[in-house]
Amino acid sequence: MINAILVFNNHGKPRLVRFYRHLAEEAQQQILRDTFHMVLRRDEHVCNFLECGSLFGSPDCKLIYRHYATLYFVFCVDSSESELGILDLIQVFVETLDKCFENVCELDLIFHMDKVHYILQEVVIGGMVLETNMNEIVAQAEAQSKLEKAEVSGSVWGLERGAQVWAQGRLGSGYHAGASVLWGGGRRELVALRVSQPAHPQGKAHRVGAPHWGVQGAASMQVLLCCQG
Amino acid sequence: MSDVVERTLGVLPALLGQHEPGAGPGGAGGPHRLSASSRLGSLIRNITALTSKHEEEKLIQQEITSLKAMVSAPTTSLRLMKECMVRLIYCEMLGYESSFGYIHAIKLAQQGNLLEKRVGYLAVSLFLHENHELLLLLVNTVVKDLQSTNLVEVSMALTIVSQIFPREMIPAVLPLIEDKLQHSKEIIRRKAVQALYKFYLIAPNQVQHIHDKFRKALCDRDVGVMAASLHIYLEMIKENSSGYKDLTESFVIILKQVVGGKLPIDFNYHSVPAPWLQIQLLRILGLLGKDDPRTSELMYDVLEESLRRAEINHNITYAILFECVQTIYTIYPKSELLEKAAKCIGKFVLSPQINLKYLGLKALTCVIQQDPNLALEHQMTIIECLDHPDPIIKRETLEILYRITNGHNVVVIVQKMLDYLKETKEEYAIITLAGKIAELAEKYAPNNEWFIQTMNAVFSVGGDVLYPDIPNNFLRLLAEGFDDGKEDKQLRTYAVRSYLALLEEENVFYPQKFLQVMSWVLGEYSSLATDVDPETILTRLHNLLKKTFVTSETKAWIMAAVTKIASRASFSKTVDKLIQEFSSSLDTCMRQHTFELKHLCEDKVLMKGLLPFDASCNDMVVDASLSFLDEFVAEGLGQGAAPYKPHHQRQEEKLSQEKALNFEPYGLSFASSVSSSGIAGRQSPTGLSFGSDTSGNSTEMGHKETNTLKLEGVRKLWGKEGYLPKKESKVGKEDEPQTVSCSSLLARRVAETPVSKSDQVSSLSEEEKEKQQLASTLFVGLGSNANVSLMGKVDLSTQKFKRKSKVDKAQSNEEALNMQNSAASDFGPLVDTVPITKEDCDGDKHTTLRKPSLCSSDTVGETLQSVKKPGLDDKLSDSRLSPLSLFADSNIEILQPSPSSQCENANKTVLLPSLAEELEELPHSEVAELCQSDALALYLCKVWKDDSLLLVVFVSNKNPSALNAVNVVFEKEQHFQILESPACQFPVIEAQSVGHCQKCVRMDKLCTQGVISGFVNYQSEMETHLEFSIPLSLLDFIRPMKMTTEDFGKLWLSLSNDVKQNIKMPSSQDSISAALSVLHQKLKLHIVDIIGNEGILACQLLPSVPCLLHCRTHSGMLALWFRSPCSALPDGLLYQCQKVMEES
Repeated sequence: MINAILVFNNHGKPRLVRFYRHLAEEAQQQILRDTFHMVLRRDEHVCNFLECGSLFGSPDCKLIYRHYATLYFVFCVDSSESELGILDLIQVFVETLDKCFENVCELDLIFHMDKVHYILQEVVIGGMVLETNMNEIVAQAEAQSKLEKAEVSGSVWGLERGAQVWAQGRLGSGYHAGASVLWGGGRRELVALRVSQPAHPQGKAHRVGAPHWGVQGAASMQVLLCCQG
Repeated sequence: MSDVVERTLGVLPALLGQHEPGAGPGGAGGPHRLSASSRLGSLIRNITALTSKHEEEKLIQQEITSLKAMVSAPTTSLRLMKECMVRLIYCEMLGYESSFGYIHAIKLAQQGNLLEKRVGYLAVSLFLHENHELLLLLVNTVVKDLQSTNLVEVSMALTIVSQIFPREMIPAVLPLIEDKLQHSKEIIRRKAVQALYKFYLIAPNQVQHIHDKFRKALCDRDVGVMAASLHIYLEMIKENSSGYKDLTESFVIILKQVVGGKLPIDFNYHSVPAPWLQIQLLRILGLLGKDDPRTSELMYDVLEESLRRAEINHNITYAILFECVQTIYTIYPKSELLEKAAKCIGKFVLSPQINLKYLGLKALTCVIQQDPNLALEHQMTIIECLDHPDPIIKRETLEILYRITNGHNVVVIVQKMLDYLKETKEEYAIITLAGKIAELAEKYAPNNEWFIQTMNAVFSVGGDVLYPDIPNNFLRLLAEGFDDGKEDKQLRTYAVRSYLALLEEENVFYPQKFLQVMSWVLGEYSSLATDVDPETILTRLHNLLKKTFVTSETKAWIMAAVTKIASRASFSKTVDKLIQEFSSSLDTCMRQHTFELKHLCEDKVLMKGLLPFDASCNDMVVDASLSFLDEFVAEGLGQGAAPYKPHHQRQEEKLSQEKALNFEPYGLSFASSVSSSGIAGRQSPTGLSFGSDTSGNSTEMGHKETNTLKLEGVRKLWGKEGYLPKKESKVGKEDEPQTVSCSSLLARRVAETPVSKSDQVSSLSEEEKEKQQLASTLFVGLGSNANVSLMGKVDLSTQKFKRKSKVDKAQSNEEALNMQNSAASDFGPLVDTVPITKEDCDGDKHTTLRKPSLCSSDTVGETLQSVKKPGLDDKLSDSRLSPLSLFADSNIEILQPSPSSQCENANKTVLLPSLAEELEELPHSEVAELCQSDALALYLCKVWKDDSLLLVVFVSNKNPSALNAVNVVFEKEQHFQILESPACQFPVIEAQSVGHCQKCVRMDKLCTQGVISGFVNYQSEMETHLEFSIPLSLLDFIRPMKMTTEDFGKLWLSLSNDVKQNIKMPSSQDSISAALSVLHQKLKLHIVDIIGNEGILACQLLPSVPCLLHCRTHSGMLALWFRSPCSALPDGLLYQCQKVMEES
């Protein structure tokens, strides 16, 4: 199990802190400091694994870390995780961040701390690795950021986008959705949503297990929904 | 590095600028977001600009104050709240507590729209922990979201559940999550599986009934869902591998498909198919195949395939390879695979990539005991790694060396370890390494000086971070001594001298623990160094006391030492000075000690009696029942004081009195009886002792005890160290296998001599030569140049520090007695042939002779029977057998003779065995087959006796000829204990006949399901070995407990471990009596009473742990309420009830 995921910069400033085993606030900070000092002491050309004993109470705690430019990514794991496997998981995580933020840098992590957490949630849940497939993680993250963009604009257009995203979230990607506001005013708007499913292009893997009401060809339906403004 | 910071700061404003317009086109929500995001921005900007920790603290405190005001303001919109939460998360990350925001995070998750909810959930999962009280408020939200039609909401709810969820609320969401296992979206299914995994971790009993759903998840058409279910399986198999052996084939097939590239290309990572999945599967296989040849057989192919396929030069393939190697070494070995795995390890060790080298060394560490040749093969690499710049590599290398240490190389290896110990600064490394050095030193020390000096180094470097075991063990070793008194004295004297020398040096700082060790040794044994004036020692200790770095705990140790030394000297100036100096000390403890010392000095006779020389190992008698207080208690009671009631009883009474409306089923009727008769029946400890003290004897004893107790208070300071934990026995045990493995290893090495070294050496450089030399010293015990005569020495040195163990002695005494007993009886001449050594003797004569002393009584009885029968085998009619049976007859009490059934059994040609008559009447299971081979079949019948579980094992010989030396051996299992001996031997089983043996089994540790495994071996043409396993369930150990309703009520109130659960009643039994009779029949619960829709049942776990059950039916549900003194028992029974009700 992964006990904690810590990201800090070369000065030990935390950029992402996620503990999967609960510890008191001071203990967390202590671990953060200890980890930083341990990792900082390491030379460039040494191995990426560190045994650190009973950092988390269990005697078999290991640190597996990677250093990217200004950031250290440290995973604290117990003996049930494969060292090299985690090492590559860090790589996957960072590459995913890179894809989601387009050339990720430390600042992205600072200003989009919440988003980084959401991405991480797609990779690791409750200390267990959930998904290692980069495309899938990116897809999940993008679906969420679409949701966010829709929210940001807050206009009729945004509402339409929101409805679309809602439809896609509900029905799976690969659907076209169109929405228009039928009645608006106050905090509630009534939106008509038209969803259609074009035929799937052959050859592209159909990873979305959408409900099969859309058989082959195009199907459409009308959905009325209330959106909270 | 600094330019990076500058760059970062430089980009900041630009980045912030970028984001503000990004939020710009927003309509109504725009301004809010703008202000909030710029606030986070400015906060971050300010923090980044700060130079000191102090300033940061001030700034964050400001921020937190303003946030506090904002979140608690009623006008704050959810949208703004969302931004506040992000800022709070940021503050928490920096380590500033913001608990005021937790409740708002929960509120946000509850009330917000999707995006706000998401932030709320995130904040909750970051802020709270499983036992946080606020978490209960979240349950409702989670339930609502799980029922939502919106996928995103469901997904968020599942995410939060699998991160953090209160244990006791699991039943509220469990059905919802089970439903999600059938969801059409795989991401939802996957998260549902993950949530169930979480539940399994925190409350395994709650998800026990849905194991088949896990199986379904394992077979899911989506690979992601299947992969998620592997987490659960890994965990379950870790706990109980025997329960999932049937899945081995499925795992193998899955792995085969993955390795064969049958998965969608999406799952490839660097063109390796689903590497993480492979790793997980390999782990599971390793656990399943451990020590199980049959299961291991299934996986050899796929392992080989994995090894073969993993050839691309990428990190992740190495990860798979490494896992493969580990699995191969864990499962039942197959030589071809081992060879390949060894080659793989070689690849790792020799790799220039440092990560791989590390893993290679790690693998070596694991396998070195199985295959020491590998260490020899890579000895040069190991030597190189000893000087590796990376301390982690070095440490791992030392770990290897630690495993191959023996009497010859211990000095070199310990030196290497000490070097590392002095270099390193990491606490963890120091702790573990110091422990290892101490262990090695104790085990293999070549002489006293070396041992003491090594330990001194350990103490002075390891200092106060050491495990307390190490100094404790060391002192214990000194105190208990070895078998040789002279040796003891030498060691102690040497220790005293070396400490005096160390203390002589001025201005040297020693760790507290080391000082404590020194003062104890000086106090106990300083008089052994006869040429040293006690006055000098006292002066040294006095000097120490004046040092400021000495803690008050250490001072207490030193004072104890001073007291002990003072007791041996008639008069000492230093002691007087010391008393004067410290009797006005500000440290109250010091003052107390000085005071005691002063008074003891006045009464030398008492002091001498109190502090005898070298008596630290003598046992002290402590009156734990405090019977010396009986008089006091009696007096108190006589004056009308209330008798003592234990805490839970008081609580119970208070509860039953407080209740206005009583919902407790039996509370009302017994509330009054508790206060009257209940107390008397309850027997509070004082009540007991009150009774006992009427005999004047015990009070007198008590007085004596008070005296000793009081005096011992002084001794306790150091006497305490005498009671030390288990380690001793462990060390003792480890000694033997070590030597054994060494010898076997040696034998092997001698057989296959490696390439002669002399040719190579000449062509090597100086440096290389040095390394070679080092290698030869390090690997000496392993290498071919060690010969058998050296082995003898190893043995000697191993024993050097072997502790004198009382138990061992007692045992050997007993053995000796046994021997004598057998010798004393009427067949003297045979004694010589009884093999005393454990070596395997193939001679028929020896084995038959050895039997009598070992085999369990009933088998002997059986032999006796068979011997008497006519038509015996030649071997049996051998003259030796008559004394054998005589022996059995005269010396061993025969417990289960049952001759009649025996004879019958023997006469039967049908091999299906049956129970003896007296057992036939007891409840028992069907006779079931355990295992069989061509020659023999094993059958089992469980007899549920009232007081125990009896396993009757029938060994039936299918051969036309007799089987010799049949051994049935049960292996030790942590949950169960087999009474009497775990083995059962039949010297001979006649052709076509059945032998049987009985074993009483007791459950030691509570578990719902368990297995006793064992094996049977016998000799027909060749030695044959057959394994079997007997599944046992908790139910085998549950017996009805007969009692009256009144007793039930009394007992109910006195028990405190509650478990309540509602379960659905099957439609077939809707009445309480029907449901209870099911429980009665299937679970052997005794129905005490049924009143209306309530019923009470009682049962006990053997030998005598009661468990009470109260049931109530309401609207198709059966509310179960268990109580038992054992906390795990109700859980186990609840599970059984659920199972039974589901089945019926």
